[in-house]
Amino acid sequence: MIVIFLLIPLSIMTAAIFLAGFIWAVRSGQYEDTCTPSLRPLMDENTKKDEKAKE
Amino acid sequence: MQSLTTSAANHALEGLAPPAQVLESDVLAGECFHCGTPLRGADFSSQGKSFCCRGCLTVFELLTENGLADFYRFGRAAGVRAKAVPKEEEFSYLDDPVLRRRLVDFADARMTRVTFRVPSVHCIACVWLLENLFRLKPGIGYSRVNFPRREVFITFENAGVKLSEVVALLTSLGYAPDFNLSDLEERPRFPVSRRLWLQLGVAGFAFGNIMLLSISSYLGLDAFSGPGLRKMFGYISLALAAPAVIYSAADYWRAAWLAVRRRIITIDVPIAVGIAALTGWSATEVFTNRGPAYFDSLTGLLFFLLCGRMFQQKTYDRLAFDRDFKSFFPLSILRKSARGEERISLEQLRAADRLIIRNGELIPSDSRLVSGPAMIDYSFVTGESEPVAKVAEDHIYAGGRQIGGAIEIETVKEVSQSYLTSLWNQETFSKEKNGTIHTLTDRYSRRFTRIVLAVAVGAALFWAWRDSTRALGAFVAVLIVACPCALALAAPFTLGAAQRILARRKVFVKNPSVIETLARVDTVVFDKTGTLTAPGAGAIVFWGEPLDTDEQGRIRSLAQHSTHPLAARIAQSLQGEQPAQPVRSFSETAGCGIEGIVAGHELWMGSAEWLRSRNVAPPGAPAASGSVVHVAVNGHYRGRYTLTDALRPEADKLIRKLSAACHLALLSGDNEKERARFEDLFGAAGRLHFNQSPRHKLNFIRDLQAPGRTVMMVGDGLNDAGALKQSDVGVAVVESIGAFSPASDVIMSASMVPRLHEVLRFAKSSVRVVRLSFLISALYNLVGISIAARGLLSPVVCAILMPLSSVTVVACACGLTAWHGGRLDVATSLNEGTRP
Repeated sequence: MIVIFLLIPLSIMTAAIFLAGFIWAVRSGQYEDTCTPSLRPLMDENTKKDEKAKE
Repeated sequence: MQSLTTSAANHALEGLAPPAQVLESDVLAGECFHCGTPLRGADFSSQGKSFCCRGCLTVFELLTENGLADFYRFGRAAGVRAKAVPKEEEFSYLDDPVLRRRLVDFADARMTRVTFRVPSVHCIACVWLLENLFRLKPGIGYSRVNFPRREVFITFENAGVKLSEVVALLTSLGYAPDFNLSDLEERPRFPVSRRLWLQLGVAGFAFGNIMLLSISSYLGLDAFSGPGLRKMFGYISLALAAPAVIYSAADYWRAAWLAVRRRIITIDVPIAVGIAALTGWSATEVFTNRGPAYFDSLTGLLFFLLCGRMFQQKTYDRLAFDRDFKSFFPLSILRKSARGEERISLEQLRAADRLIIRNGELIPSDSRLVSGPAMIDYSFVTGESEPVAKVAEDHIYAGGRQIGGAIEIETVKEVSQSYLTSLWNQETFSKEKNGTIHTLTDRYSRRFTRIVLAVAVGAALFWAWRDSTRALGAFVAVLIVACPCALALAAPFTLGAAQRILARRKVFVKNPSVIETLARVDTVVFDKTGTLTAPGAGAIVFWGEPLDTDEQGRIRSLAQHSTHPLAARIAQSLQGEQPAQPVRSFSETAGCGIEGIVAGHELWMGSAEWLRSRNVAPPGAPAASGSVVHVAVNGHYRGRYTLTDALRPEADKLIRKLSAACHLALLSGDNEKERARFEDLFGAAGRLHFNQSPRHKLNFIRDLQAPGRTVMMVGDGLNDAGALKQSDVGVAVVESIGAFSPASDVIMSASMVPRLHEVLRFAKSSVRVVRLSFLISALYNLVGISIAARGLLSPVVCAILMPLSSVTVVACACGLTAWHGGRLDVATSLNEGTRP
């Protein structure tokens, strides 16, 4: 069971990396608008199709 | 849901203007390809598509030329009707360095970044167009839309583009940015929600990880390993919980401290006490080597509490509509100086400035009329819908709106001192209502805290007598288990859900405590115009020898030339097949009438006195209510039009239903012409008051409140803004959500007015749901406290009981509110079914 002493700090460090990622995401403003980004892929596709059609 | 945050000075004006769009019966087939406005004959076309106005046509051409025709593929008629093609110099005041610095987010020598509020963004096509701005104008770099906030963020190069040009471009596309004076004041850089997200993240991180450690110790950790592991788990849990307690709970600490200093008990106090007890007791257990203790319950509690807060915040964000009177005023004004005309910002306005006020513009401050006959519409201030004629040297009060040609005025006072500002600055307007009423939660928590403290002390005394080693433990255990997480969640979730349900039915409630107040309403006061009557939808009747179609066409042609609201309504009612005929020697005498020669006939339309002065004698005074316009053709009396405001459909039914439960009253800025009709409607118990100025209305509400009544005021929010604010619940009725919304507690779409009684009933059921949730959480607490007081509380019991109570309360609150909301739906659809 001695391996627990290694595994638990490791797992917590992994979790801490995710927490850091979350903090970065919040600070870079990604949580301010969760609606518009979901619309953008639809628009891009539309334009691209158009460009292809023109070619 | 969208456009609560929407208002612009010019939008506001549009909302105020005599509604030109109300009569839809005369719509010809087809609609504008760009904006979907029904076409009314004289339309513009290009490439086989029809447009309602030059503005829409211009936008269409601009988009197709720049390869942005895709815009029309996102949806049919996705465009926004641009009011008018703006002139470049109209926005030149924005390039003033002082003003510019306040408006932009960031600027250096090369680039500028700016965020505009654009209320008219409403669909995916708008987003797409605004994010492709760079294709329309070289120099614009990157643009990003925040759809929920209706904001667009733009960067541009200073070398190629000026701020005024960006604004002009947006305006020409129909996306006029919303500027008003409050923009010039400091606004917070970062929204509150960012901090809340971080707090929630930290609490969730601690909660999840501590839970993993705790579960192993609940399942008998020591059977496999020595006490070393338990010790380590304890310290790790302590380390994980520390940031949650310090950072995530920071707002609770602060709020509780504030409450204690002000010697009041809010819900934050027992929460803070509970958190403190949990932290202290658990830390002691860790240091005395007894395991991870209650840290899982502690962080779980924080996590749930913050989830509740986040829900509240999200609801609030969507519905935020606080606004002050300054947003009524335009940002810029045309000043006449020695160097010619220039646009200045309102801040730069000084006494004795010469200003040019065009048709439809607001008088920004008390002034003297210098030139031009003026027709001032004071409906903003006095509530009288008929414009007042003014001649040179007359005094004009701020807040009036010029109708007709451009006039020149000289300001007497600066903006901040004017009449309107002083009216708005009265004490009632600035008073924060929430400071005085105690919310439901706070009232309960006061009682709750006292009981819990009594039980805790009782338990401690009991154990001190029986077994003194357990006294402190029992005392702390009661405090821990009584931490009112469920109590704190009940109101935000129930009322938040209720807010959302109402918002879907176009009733926008400012904050949850307004719903609590709505449930207590016992007196309803209506402002007549715009609430019980629908503007412009009334009957227009011609009295006299019936007119033939030629005559109608001639009258319409003449009436069209005037911007007077009565003339406009007559012209609209006569909209027919014949094209408008040219009018020669048209002239309008303000306050009297209009005249002109149409197809060889000389037409006079106006007041009785005016016609009498021209030797045409109208027959005796009309008995009908409403406004009257007399018509004379070639010097002979022809007949008269009477125009009345119509009651909204189902207004009578609403009054009948409301009068069963509430006291009713009617206030009107108009004269007593229609008293008889409303006496029938309101019955004997109703109180009717006519000729009321805004100040009268405000005082009337105050008198009602004196004996302790809870008053709801329903008005259109323009000339009764004071009364709306003074009342316990001020309801502003708006014709189109998003056009204009004045300061009030509730903004309601006009279509919901006939269902006002259902809204009140829904508010009452919501508050009942909150009470029920309190009861459930109290039951859980009873169980928990009875265990704790006997000294039997273990971390496992705590870890099960606390989340369970929170989850039950939240589920019950949301479920029941949704069910009541569903009933509101059924009632609504039934009503619609019975409508002819």
